[in-house]
Order: sequence, then C-alpha cells, then structure tokens
Amino acid sequence: MASTQTSYVRTQMIAAEPPPPGVTGVAHWLKTNLFATTKDTILTVIALLLLAWYVPQMLNWLFFDAQWTGTDRTFCATVVQSGGSQPEGWSGACWAFIGSRFDQFIFGRYPIDERWRPTLVGISFVALLVPLLIPKVPYKGWNAILLFAVLPIVSFFLLVGGVFGLRHVETSLWGGLMVTLILSFVGMAVSFPLGILLALGRRSPMPVIKTLCVTFIEIVRGVPLITVLFMASVMLPLFMPQGVTVDRFLRALIGFSIFASAYMAEVIRGGLQAIPKGQYEGADSLGFSYWQKTGLIVLPQAIKIVIPGIVNTFIGMFKDTSLVSIIGMFDLLGIIRQNFADVSWASPVTPLTGLIFAGFVFWIFCFGMSRYSMFVERRLDTGHKR
Amino acid sequence: MAAPASMASGRTERPPSSLLNDPKIRGIIYQVVTALVFIALIYFIWTNTLENLRRANIASGFGFLSGRAGFDLGQSLIAFSSDSTYARALYVGFLNTLLVAFTGIITATVLGFIIGIGRLSKNWLIAKLSTAYVEIFRNIPPLLVIFFWYSGVLAVLPGVRESIALPFGSYLNNRGFAFPKPVFAEGFWLVLAALLAAIVLSLVLRRYSLNRRMATGRGVPILWPSIAMIVAFPVIAYVIMGAPLSFDYPVAGTFNLTGGSVVGPEFISLYLALSFYTASFIAEIVRGGIRAVPRGQSEAAEALGLRQGYTTRFVVVPQAMRIIIPPLTSQYLNLTKNSTLAIAIGYADLVSVGGTILNQSGHPIEIVAIWMVVYLSISLLTSLFMNWFNSRMALVER
Repeated sequence: MASTQTSYVRTQMIAAEPPPPGVTGVAHWLKTNLFATTKDTILTVIALLLLAWYVPQMLNWLFFDAQWTGTDRTFCATVVQSGGSQPEGWSGACWAFIGSRFDQFIFGRYPIDERWRPTLVGISFVALLVPLLIPKVPYKGWNAILLFAVLPIVSFFLLVGGVFGLRHVETSLWGGLMVTLILSFVGMAVSFPLGILLALGRRSPMPVIKTLCVTFIEIVRGVPLITVLFMASVMLPLFMPQGVTVDRFLRALIGFSIFASAYMAEVIRGGLQAIPKGQYEGADSLGFSYWQKTGLIVLPQAIKIVIPGIVNTFIGMFKDTSLVSIIGMFDLLGIIRQNFADVSWASPVTPLTGLIFAGFVFWIFCFGMSRYSMFVERRLDTGHKR
Repeated sequence: MAAPASMASGRTERPPSSLLNDPKIRGIIYQVVTALVFIALIYFIWTNTLENLRRANIASGFGFLSGRAGFDLGQSLIAFSSDSTYARALYVGFLNTLLVAFTGIITATVLGFIIGIGRLSKNWLIAKLSTAYVEIFRNIPPLLVIFFWYSGVLAVLPGVRESIALPFGSYLNNRGFAFPKPVFAEGFWLVLAALLAAIVLSLVLRRYSLNRRMATGRGVPILWPSIAMIVAFPVIAYVIMGAPLSFDYPVAGTFNLTGGSVVGPEFISLYLALSFYTASFIAEIVRGGIRAVPRGQSEAAEALGLRQGYTTRFVVVPQAMRIIIPPLTSQYLNLTKNSTLAIAIGYADLVSVGGTILNQSGHPIEIVAIWMVVYLSISLLTSLFMNWFNSRMALVER
C-alpha cells in the first residue's frame, strides 16, 4: 500500500508567494483606514488639519511655555498684568501654582502638624483596597471586613481626634481630595447595602413596604442632587429636636448617601428582574427561607449581572462629590476654586491651570474605575456565551 | 379565593403556634410594624419642625411669595425688576431652567449622534477622535466643565472695549455674546404663516407620494419641491409685506455695547458645558443602539438590493432608535437636573433664584417643596412624552 504511486500528489511544497502588492503594509492600512472613499479622505484631511492646528498649541500651553517653578503670581503673569515677569503676550500653564498649593489641594485646611493622620488613613486604605481588587490575593472576606468595618471606625477616630490624646480637628477644616475620597467612599459603602434593601423592598409583595420604597426611590431620583443636598443642609437641622446639632460634613454625607442609595436601588432592581423565575422557584423547592434564597441564590447572580451599572453609579457618585462645594464645603474642586481668589496667585492663567489639574485628578479616578469594571466583567463572565 | 381557603382548611390540624409561621400573617405583621415606625418618624420630624419654626419665629405657608423680591436677576426672558414679587422671580428662574435645558438637549443630541456615529466609522482617525472625546468628557464632573468655560475661557476674554468682532455684527467679550436683535415690524405674521403653509404642504405632498408609491410602486419627487416651497413661500411673503424684519445691531460705545441682545457668560458656559458633557453619554447610547442591530438585518437589506442609504434609513435606524430612546430619555432628564449646577456660577435658574430667596426670607421648607414639585413634574412629563414617543416607535408585534 505504501509503495502505491500517486503521481498527482505533490511531494514537495512550494514556498509561499508574497501577498499581492497593495494588501499589506502601511500603504494598505492607510488606504483602508483613512482614505477608503472620497468622503473618508475629506474627513481625514479635515481632522488632520484641525489636529495640526490645535495639538501644537495645546502642547505649547501645557508643557513648553508652561511655568513650572515659582513662588507667587509674578511668575505667571505678564509685564502688563501689574508686576508680572513674563513677556507681553505670554500664555502658558502655571504649574508652579499647583506645586505650591499641592498640600492644600490634598488635605484642605487640616492642621499641618496633624496631616500624618489623613496620610496614614490614606495609606491603609490603599493597602487594604489593592489586595481586595486583585483577584488572586486570598483572604477576601477578612480583607473586606477590615476595609468596610474596621477602617471606617479607625479612620473616624484618627481624622476627628479628641480621643487617645489626639487633637480634635473640626470637620470645617477638612478639605481637598481627602473630602472627595471620604464622601465617595462613604457614599459607596452606605448606598450599596441600602440600595439592595430598597430594591428588594420595591419587588416585595407587601404593599406597604413596596409603596414606601417606590415613593422614596422615585422622589429622590426625580429631583436634582443639589436639592437633596440643600434639603440635608438646611432642613435636617429643622427636623432635629432642640439642642441636637448635626455636623455640616455629616449632613452632606447623609444627603449624598440618600441620593446614591436611590440610584443604586434601581441598578440592582435591574439585576433582580433579570434573574429567571426558575431560580426563585428552585430555591423555594429546596426549602430556603426568604433571606437564604435572596442571599445565596438571587443576589449573587443579580449583582454579577449589574456590575457595569454599579460601577457606573460609583463613577457618577465620584463626580457628584464636586457638588458639595455649592453648599459651602471644600472638596478638591472647591478648594482649587477658592485659591483662584487668592491674591498671591491671581493671574489670567491660574483658573485654567487649576481646573485642568482638577479635571486630570477626577479623570484618573473615573477612568481607572471604568477600566477595572471592564476587567471584572470579563473575569466574571462565566458562560452562556455561544 | 378557592386556593387560600383550601390551604387554610389544610392547616386546621396544626397547633395554633404556627400562626406566626404563616407567611400571610407575618407579612401583615411586618407591614404594620413598618407603617408604625414610618408614622412615628414623620410625627417626630413634624413636631420638631413645628417647634423649631415657632422658636425661630418663622411663619410657614406660601404667603411670602407675594413679597417684594428686592434683587435683580442677570438674565430673564420676561420683564423683571427688583420690585417684582418672589413668585415672579421663581417664574423667571423656571423659564431660565427650561431655556438652558431645551437648548442644551438639542445641541447635546446633535453632537452626541455625530460622535456616536463617528465612533463606529471605518475611518480610523475619526473613530479614535470620537473615542477620545467620549472618554475625556464622560470621566470629569459636569461642574468642572462649567467652570472650565466660565473661569477658564470666558472670563479671560477681552473686556468690552476690545470686544472680538464676529460675523453678522455680533461681538464676544467677557460680559457675554452680543448679537443683532431681530425687530419684527407689522406684517411679519404673514412670513410665519407662509412658512407654516409651506411645511404643511410638504407634509401633504409626502403623504400623497407615499400613497402613490403604495398603489403604483412609483412615488413623486418630494425633497426638492419641499425645499423650494419652504424657501420660496416666506421669501415671497417677505417681499410682498415690504421687508417687515429689521435688526437692531449692537454698537460698540465707549464703555459698553449698546443695542442688540446679549446672553451672559453664565448662560453660555452652562449651555456649552451641559451640551458637551451630555453629548458624551448620548454618543455611547447611540453607538450601543446601532451596534445592537444584528448584522443579518443590514445583510438582508443588501440581499434585497436596497441601496446603502435606504438600508440605513429604513432598516438600521428604525431598529436602533427603539434601543436608543429609553436611555436617551434619562439623559435628557439628567441634563435638566444638571442644569441646577447653574447656582455655582450664578445663572438665574430655578434653584439659584430659590437659593437667594431662601437666604433672604428664610422659608426653607416651602422653597425646597417648590423645587421638588417642579423637578418631579418635569421628570414625569418628560417620561410621559418619551413613553408615548417610544410606543409609537416600538416594534409592532403580532
């Protein structure tokens, strides 16, 4: 059999021919991706012209013409602008302003001698958060307990002080990125469980509980965050008995958490609705109680489905923290804006520089969160994909 | 009623202690407890509030609204002076909110659709630029975008004397944007009537063409006749009535621009920021909607021999719109709610005016109640309208 001659079968392979000209390489890529049709060519040329016009200007403003060092406004103002040192017609970013006020942007007016306390809280927060976010690190349960139960209590005493020989620091002195992060962390940590409860309540067959939850969610979602914050800051003191005062910062926290919970509830409700009825019935047939059914069967699946929605809500909350500057607190944006009015740094380029810096900080956090959510989504996507 | 009765009869043999284990009874107990706690909370808040108001000597009620405002508003669509009432001030604020929300929604929609389609473009450069836009604006707070325009761009424009002259006799300076104000003379109504007639006739023509196409397979041209009518009718009316429209141009004086209409930097920065910010979200919705239409749909359309434009218009877009509209509604509502950020830069919207009144007259409960009622009604009306629109667009299923 082996000796059978099959003359029509090739015994020697012919070397692969090179691809015909024009289907590979840079030229082909340009042809298909940038200049495929006349319309594409026109669009590409317009876009390239715009880029060629604006990008060098932006780079110049941001980096090459920027003032990187300096101690006061004279470094960032031109000669005609009362006592500046820059030549006429100069315009560039004033990074010196950011550099000299950096500590303030992070800590607000927190006393300088006590700034190790927020720093310590920040370091331990990062040290607990990073292992929680990396899937391979073990002891997730203990880690979560430390982060969501122990750390808030420790941080509270560390930041507020007044015990263990620590100096008491008024919350009115808090500010900067510290406030932004505290607000968003507390908002997230409170809104998640509260949102789950509200979502379960909204789907409850008991009319009283359902009505209360629906009313709460719809009213809070129907009004802007500003009105909720105003309500918390102006009306909450009216609701309390005589002599009970609620700290300003706490009021903002309460308003913020209420608002976030309502949004979180709707996201989680979406997940609950997506769970097939068979899952509920299966749990019932196993004889599970309501809380066993919810906690062990329904919620784990529901939350997995809505992770993108939850992270989007978190991102929205992080951005919304900037609104507390309107009710007189100094978060990152608030404290940067407060510095615009500072005579020692007032110049035409200071506001733009400060805002670009704030935008960059917010952007880094939000972009990081959205990328991490994509990563988790891909990891948890355990199947049903054909 | 039959099922519970039989269940109840089945339970008669159980000891009475299992009454607590009956889910129905337990449900009632839970609800009664919840209701009691809720009522107690309301009572607690109510008595405290009354007590606090009495102590602070604040008369509650909406009577204060007819008092004299005593402050001026930067921008108002109706006549307003400091002698007007609080109620009128709130009304001005409400109109301003509607103005910025309406203009913002239109711009954000147009921009969002362009960028969303741009992200799907086969042109690499356009797709990347659109992606960069979305990723930048989605991830920074809207308040920051407002300040970017307000303190970063508009505040450093030249002063009134060095106003930047723009085409059509308009000017841009750090006090805002001044443009020619149209002055309608008598007889302008005929121009409007002619425009309206042209639009109605175009619609009639379209309906006629559609019917004919259904009957004979061949329609009549509609695009060019419609454009011709819409342009020609008003022009003819304009000429007949002897040019009833003139413009009041802003004139650069020594200290200020006189004449014309001026929109302040507050409105411009709020409008631009809301449009740019919301456009990034709308772009994502549009992209998701178009991508959600199965490829088989456009392939089938091609197989039927439909042209590219027809495939887009009659196959892809109608199906994509069904997916796009519900989230688009919530973006419109978000934009309206974000317009309350006006308070940060002093644009006289409802919340900003309300805040001023709150500080002046000290009626927090009434003001917050007005805010809530207004925004809740806007939310409700918008979602009602969009639901109606959505049901018209929805797939007609058997």
